[in-house]
Amino acid sequence: MKTWVFSTESDGEAAGSALEGLTKAREFGGELGAILVGAGSDAALAQLGSHGATTVLHAAEDNSSAVIAAGIALAVEAEQPDLLIFGTGNLDRDVAGRLSARLGKPVLANAVDVTVEGDTLRVANEILGGSTLVVTEFAGGSPAIVITRPKVFAAEPSGQSAPVVTAMETPELGHADAVETLSQHAEVSEGPDLEAANIVVSGGRGMGDEARFGVLGELAGLLGGAVGATRAVVDAGWVPYSLQVGQTGKTVKPDLYVACGISGAMQHLVGMKDSTTIISINKDAEAPIFGVSDLGIVGDVHTVVPALVEALKARG
Amino acid sequence: MKIVVCVKQIPDPASPYQLDPESYFVVRPNDQVLDDTDRYGVEVALQLADELGDDASVTLLSMSPGGSQQGIRQALAMGADGAILIEDETLRGADALTTSQVLAAAATRAEADLVIAGTESTDGYTGVVPQQVAELMGVPALTFARKVEHVDGKIRIERQTQAGYDVVEGALPAVLSVTSGVVEPRYPTFKGIMQAKSKPVETLTAADLGVTPDVRQKIVSVEAVEGRQAGDIIEDDGEGYLRIIEKLEEVKVV
Repeated sequence: MKTWVFSTESDGEAAGSALEGLTKAREFGGELGAILVGAGSDAALAQLGSHGATTVLHAAEDNSSAVIAAGIALAVEAEQPDLLIFGTGNLDRDVAGRLSARLGKPVLANAVDVTVEGDTLRVANEILGGSTLVVTEFAGGSPAIVITRPKVFAAEPSGQSAPVVTAMETPELGHADAVETLSQHAEVSEGPDLEAANIVVSGGRGMGDEARFGVLGELAGLLGGAVGATRAVVDAGWVPYSLQVGQTGKTVKPDLYVACGISGAMQHLVGMKDSTTIISINKDAEAPIFGVSDLGIVGDVHTVVPALVEALKARG
Repeated sequence: MKIVVCVKQIPDPASPYQLDPESYFVVRPNDQVLDDTDRYGVEVALQLADELGDDASVTLLSMSPGGSQQGIRQALAMGADGAILIEDETLRGADALTTSQVLAAAATRAEADLVIAGTESTDGYTGVVPQQVAELMGVPALTFARKVEHVDGKIRIERQTQAGYDVVEGALPAVLSVTSGVVEPRYPTFKGIMQAKSKPVETLTAADLGVTPDVRQKIVSVEAVEGRQAGDIIEDDGEGYLRIIEKLEEVKVV
């Protein structure tokens, strides 16, 4: 068994999804390697090594996804890995998709578990908002390409030494590579980090507008939590994408999740349903969010949330 | 410029999905609707075509094993010029790669300069089809766009990133995937709905495109997940916030 795990790098850190994937892949035994796209800092390499990667195939991040996929395809041909694990990040999806088409192998996405039994690789994924578990077997030959959901595997170091680093071959592709990043922009959001927070106060379209969404920042501040949002709120431009919880955003598992004006679309539920305690406020008694809530208040967020804020302030 | 927009007809998300007990495929009723996330791609295409004038056309492209065209007519009513439908029973339950092979072959056959798609469908959400189509066509992919411009014969986008956004530019032909924040999709007008009924819809099979569906994955089991149970759901009587405070005390947050 030979497994490779894909990682991006940001500020000298390997991707959390990669450390989770490496930890999981240690269960399979055999050879374990990583693919790193980024600066290739010693710190990121050490993280990959300590989580089990004995080799790292490295490419600089100014390569297009087409070039990276082609480079990985060359390495796959030479080294014949059985399994490639990606996270849900945008570059992960770009590279996994292109690589799949290049190799003629399927991608199984949204994996919550990967199992190996002899030569058989199976992936479990949750569909229909997490209500149904589907197990799918790869039947197209190696390598199997898997995109895993965030935080389904715990990341734990195993104390190994620094990995052997190889530079990825980056072939000339012509037109497929005719894409260029002109500039990069940061949109900073204030407050604690959403993914690490023990308490998350999240809002949906039901908050009305950007100004009225603001009260959630106040509530999060009083509770010592972070602010999250649904895709609709991010799409409307009220808050940056970094605050999005759900299928195409972040997956959170805080001790407490407070859902305000959120109906609970399947795509949102997969990002928060594993929170320990869920409290929700929504005017529609039929909203699916109530199906996963420990406490649900059927009411107007514009009266319930301000009353809650005032009461918390009064307690000091 | 020939713009091809990939659209998908899906079971109405308002009603619970059913899985066929034998094949495990999603049961697709005859009255499927346009995937809401595809309206953004259609709108981006229509805006680009308006800007480019008479030399631009917008063609919808959809793979649909069943015979319903309701969702396609919804997108035609927004203003697309025509549609290409790949209707083929052998494509029922096709994986993402087979879907991409069909879409890439059809887009190439249509001589597309720009192929637009959503980032992922609402029903399957594998989220890799635009990238697979780009690879199969041998063109660059501009993905996760939250803003799209046509600049000097190239496509320039704001690509959504964890930190914020990147400005990325690509040469045509290209594949473009758009988020649902990119534009405000128009609603079909009455005139649009009437015109949609007579717009050309070409139907093709996988064989017409030289694609042979391949089985590369097999569903081995489907089971219900023990979900979490709903707790107390109460009507707010003006003191709902006090119940929240009680709960916060119970879980020791305050």
